[in-house]
Amino acid sequence: MRVEKVVVLHNETGLHARPAMLLAQSAASFKSRVTIAKGEKRVDAKSIISLLTLGAAGGTELTITAEGADAETAMQTIANMITGDFESDDCPDKKKMPDGH
Amino acid sequence: MEVKRGIPVSHGIAIAEAFVLDSEEAVIPRRQIRPEETDHEVQRVHDACAQAIKDTLEAKSVAARTIDEEFLAIFDSHVTMLQDKSLREDITRIIENEQATAEWAVQQVMHRFIKLWSTNEFLADRVGDLFDLQKKLLRSLLGKKRQGLNAPAARFVLIAHNLTPSQTVHLDRSKVIGFATDTGGRTSHTALLARALGIPAVVGAGDITAEVNIGDTVIVDGTSGVIVCRPDTDTLTSYETRVRNMRVRQAKLSLELKDVPPETQDGYRVELFANIEFPEEIPAAIEHGAEGVGLYRTEYLYVQKGHMPTEAEHFQEYKKAAELLAPRPLTIRTLDMGGDKLLEETGGTRESNPSLGCRSIRFCFEREDIFRTQLRAIMRASAFGNVRVLFPMISNAAELRKAHSILNEVMDTLKNERISFDPNVRVGIMVEVPSAAWIADILAKDTDFFSLGTNDLVQYSMAVDRGNERVANLYQPAHPAILRLLQHVIDTGRRTRVRVGMCGEMSGELSYTILLLGLGLKEFSVSPAVLPEVKEIIRQVTMSDARTIARQALAFEQVEDTIKFLSEKTREILPDFA
Repeated sequence: MRVEKVVVLHNETGLHARPAMLLAQSAASFKSRVTIAKGEKRVDAKSIISLLTLGAAGGTELTITAEGADAETAMQTIANMITGDFESDDCPDKKKMPDGH
Repeated sequence: MEVKRGIPVSHGIAIAEAFVLDSEEAVIPRRQIRPEETDHEVQRVHDACAQAIKDTLEAKSVAARTIDEEFLAIFDSHVTMLQDKSLREDITRIIENEQATAEWAVQQVMHRFIKLWSTNEFLADRVGDLFDLQKKLLRSLLGKKRQGLNAPAARFVLIAHNLTPSQTVHLDRSKVIGFATDTGGRTSHTALLARALGIPAVVGAGDITAEVNIGDTVIVDGTSGVIVCRPDTDTLTSYETRVRNMRVRQAKLSLELKDVPPETQDGYRVELFANIEFPEEIPAAIEHGAEGVGLYRTEYLYVQKGHMPTEAEHFQEYKKAAELLAPRPLTIRTLDMGGDKLLEETGGTRESNPSLGCRSIRFCFEREDIFRTQLRAIMRASAFGNVRVLFPMISNAAELRKAHSILNEVMDTLKNERISFDPNVRVGIMVEVPSAAWIADILAKDTDFFSLGTNDLVQYSMAVDRGNERVANLYQPAHPAILRLLQHVIDTGRRTRVRVGMCGEMSGELSYTILLLGLGLKEFSVSPAVLPEVKEIIRQVTMSDARTIARQALAFEQVEDTIKFLSEKTREILPDFA
């Protein structure tokens, strides 16, 4: 299953380190392949470095594409993070320790 | 075998295994791997990431004891970066496609991102994270191996991105027999120090740190600026022979020529002086036949200390130098540095064009306190030897008068304080600003001697920054414009009975010795290492031949022809002149 959606990045300070990290961690939890595109540039949403390299400032239009079994859920979660406020979405993630592999 | 070129800054040839430092001062390890090692290297990357993650989490838990939780996010983002699959894929791809080591691949990938992020205003602040990441990974990869590589037991050639003056001064000369750097220019202090220390060196070689691997045999030719990486047998043998011959010749010359005067075949005698940076160089200079010091550069006092040198600190050095050299003349040049280097000390503002700005004597006029401190020390030292004062960067007569008036005040004060000094100290000026060269006759009225500072004279005249690799080839001391200017100053000196010497590098360039002799230069102040050879050339020619050759050289319209002509003439005298 493949879904695509265009959203606007809400966060004022843009897709900097912390939001990118939260986004990457969230995307990684899904089986689907998730990509985010800014204009012509498309990157793997599970890669924090690629997301950062996108250099998306607040108010930028981003296209989310998800492909796989859980594409719909993945899309919704990611879209909410981007259009919402990353900070308020991070409560459940804050305490979790990333595992080491 | 690869042949690279850079700017030669210190004579000599060094042949040894290379030890390589990159811009992070990390050791860049071997670049190539064999195909069967590929899987192992890829695994090393995974292991290194795992280790780095472990280390980061450990650091986080330590930090957690004292730092608020919201600031610990930085550690989390580093961990996430270390887990980043596309980063690993990029690194793996380089290992596989370029048969490179894990360390090399990591460096390439990180450099690419660093470059990318540096140009994005949004991400530029985060570049520090990438450097951190790179360090973590390299540390994991190099691990214990790093310790061993830090201290090579045998003699080696150092290849580095850059060497600061203090690093250069601290090089262990028993181990580092030569160096080459990616960056740097001919007149940088690092270059000057390399010459003072007698270590063959090449700077501005571009990406030599990328070309050379640790352990490669490297030939650094500080005379021609050539660096040969992994020389083949023929090249290696040829260079080794050259080194052997050079050593034999230099030893022979030093021995033979030490006590004989620099006099032409037909009895014309000039004076051979040495250029020095530190008083400690004086004994060796005398051994090489120096009859005095034509240029004692004093900037090291301002650079090494970290604070403005006190009068006592100046005096200690100048007294030492004067005593070591006495009764031979010691020419002390007053502060000739850019104000920008002294900024922290003096709280000045940044200039947009420092080399044409408030530096050297101009800075000394702005900060008379600093100037007087140095002058006081110089005058006090004059009581212990044969001291001459040299004012740099004089560009008009008013500056010269002002410098004199301050010096006279200093002398009056010392007299009142009953501190002894030599009232007959000779005071001269560097002729390096073209305006001064053209009004040499006017300045002659207030000067005891001229010292041609060809390094800057050529730069100002040709509008060339010698340290800029893109235009460095325009720096041509043999250019007809320069030769005419030199002739003008030397002729003026003769007419006004003011002695003319040369302390710029041109005076030590063997292909110009006959020319300068022929123009009438009376004092050659050179790097001690080349003194014997300069003397040899002078002793082998006649003044009348030198005059003819000089006249012919000045007639050429193209600098390439001038150089070719002079090189030929020099080779007739010194057969193994390159």
